[in-house]
Amino acid sequence: MSARGRLHGAIDVVVTEVVELNSLIKRFHFARPDGKPLPAFSGGAHIIIQMQDGDTLRGSPYSLSSSPLDTRDYQVSIRRDDQGRGGSLYLHREVKPGMKMSITHPSNMFALDKRASRHLMLAGGIGITPFMSQTAQLAQMPGVHAELHYGMRSRELGVYLEELASRLGSRFHVYADEDNEQIDYDRLLSSQPAGTHLYVCGPSPMIDLVLRKSAEHGWPDNHVHYEHFAKASSGEPFNVELRASGKTIEVGAEQSMLEAIEAAGVDAPYLCRGGACGQCETRVLSVDGELLHEDHWLEDDEKASGEKIMPCVSRCRGTVVLDR
Amino acid sequence: MATPARELPFRDETFRDDFTFKNSPQTVLRAPFPFDKDSYMYAVNMELHKDGRAGTAFEEPIDVDEHYVSEMRDRALVLDEDPLRCQSLPHMTLAGWDTLELLMSCKAASYPEWFSLERDGDRWHWINRPLGIDDTFTFGDETTLPYGPLEYITRQAQGDFCVLDERAGNLWMDAGIVTTQADWSLDFDIGMNFFEWHAPVPLAHERGVFTRALKYLLSVQQANPARRLNWTMTVNPRLDTSPENYHKWGPENTHITPENVADKLFLRIELQSFWRLPRSNALLFPIRCYFLSMRDLTTVPKWATRMHRVLKTLPPEIASYKGLDHYREIAIDYLAAFDDGQETTAGPFPD
Repeated sequence: MSARGRLHGAIDVVVTEVVELNSLIKRFHFARPDGKPLPAFSGGAHIIIQMQDGDTLRGSPYSLSSSPLDTRDYQVSIRRDDQGRGGSLYLHREVKPGMKMSITHPSNMFALDKRASRHLMLAGGIGITPFMSQTAQLAQMPGVHAELHYGMRSRELGVYLEELASRLGSRFHVYADEDNEQIDYDRLLSSQPAGTHLYVCGPSPMIDLVLRKSAEHGWPDNHVHYEHFAKASSGEPFNVELRASGKTIEVGAEQSMLEAIEAAGVDAPYLCRGGACGQCETRVLSVDGELLHEDHWLEDDEKASGEKIMPCVSRCRGTVVLDR
Repeated sequence: MATPARELPFRDETFRDDFTFKNSPQTVLRAPFPFDKDSYMYAVNMELHKDGRAGTAFEEPIDVDEHYVSEMRDRALVLDEDPLRCQSLPHMTLAGWDTLELLMSCKAASYPEWFSLERDGDRWHWINRPLGIDDTFTFGDETTLPYGPLEYITRQAQGDFCVLDERAGNLWMDAGIVTTQADWSLDFDIGMNFFEWHAPVPLAHERGVFTRALKYLLSVQQANPARRLNWTMTVNPRLDTSPENYHKWGPENTHITPENVADKLFLRIELQSFWRLPRSNALLFPIRCYFLSMRDLTTVPKWATRMHRVLKTLPPEIASYKGLDHYREIAIDYLAAFDDGQETTAGPFPD
């Protein structure tokens, strides 16, 4: 969001439909007001949805769960996070058909490797969403083998089970915790033909486990793909001095540092707003207190050095001076 | 009485043999002159490719100028002799369709008097009046076009086009059409990553230019294209200065004399742009070539002055890498007469 309170390259859309998929997950449909198709995108892409929630302007990333082959609307499937900062709560409670909103163009940090003839996909919970667009894209690529293993707390909380079953047939597998079903990672990761590409999206412990196990089983790094949006955490308010802009701002409890920087009229770079892409990396000039790193971009030694921070998700206890 | 058809303002000229290429005065003035100050060093000189200044090559996202028809004729000649100038690895076909859509929709929007695109679902109708093309085809179905989608549309678009796949935090040159290049070969570079194909460039690696440039390119998003300018010099207005044809143009580097330098030596400007493609998530990298003869430069006093100073102060490694050693001094001597020693104004545009 620039000083004018607009996302870079925003697209104005209208909410055309809100579908309650189960007790936790709703699907939101966005279309252009004039009904013309939205821009094409690739499987695994996400958009950022801008939300004016009272005085707070939020921008949160959500994977597109509709087919890249049909852009009459974009669909996102969002799990209500009662502990979160409020983006999903706002969408679940306030967003109704007919509302006007702004979104970004799609961008993709979880793209398919189009050279592969085999794709092994592992989803946990709401991490199923990017696989919806990926499997739709793969369905158009004849001769490509795609296999999806989807873990969830209960079948009641699973989404798109029928759609995925019809798309993938016997190559779709469902595992519900409440039925004592678990993805057998060791068996799956040790039995794939060479050249298979692995994709994982789900809660942090699942991603960490799959990354560890794939390394143990000798998977090359460039065949392992994962998507992990960190949530911009809420927390205690803190102060930020923007040295290059000559401004000092307070980051509110329910606001991210990036959102506070933008609200102060300072144009800061960003792409994913989820601590994954590296675009918002900012130099820390000094800190009086402690940096609370929440991103997946900086290496551990970079975090320990205290010289860099990712303001889209990370916070501070005390006061931090940024080169921005 | 019927109104006579509006004459198409395209020059009939050659980029080989008798070299009849020539810029009109307006085309000189709209050139993307690459120097914004009186010296040159490698830098990550990227900027957003939008809101183009009127009357310049930046005005439209995909520029079409008076050389269009003749450049396309030259490209066809190169491809006849060497089909490997256009290649697309099997996983890049979707990016080819993305490229076709981008170029057709940009041209039809910018130049409706020359190009038109009508879409009815997947059924597309494309008219290119300057080249006399009127085709209906099915988007996504290669069998409905005379060439693959990348070759089809880039036979109708000035400049070279590299299509870069993004994987593992790097960019891979996995498709392209390259017939108007400054001494590099797609056939040699195909499948290489960003650092591999830039390996021969001197000084820039040590300055961290490529690491930062790659980071920037990976962040290029849909609807937010970026651009940069690059340059070299070429003897004769020859578009195809390829390694494959070095035997044809290499010896010409020694043909520059004080008598012929004004009309035989050219500043070769590359307008490079970077576009995120939507369906493939690939990056399209068009490299558009503009020629200005030394005499063309002298019609813009600021440009002649600046070119003189850039050549004079150019680090020798860069001069050698760009192949200027045979004629740099002759060009400096010629341009010296147009340098009055006064300060130049900031930025690249004519005063």
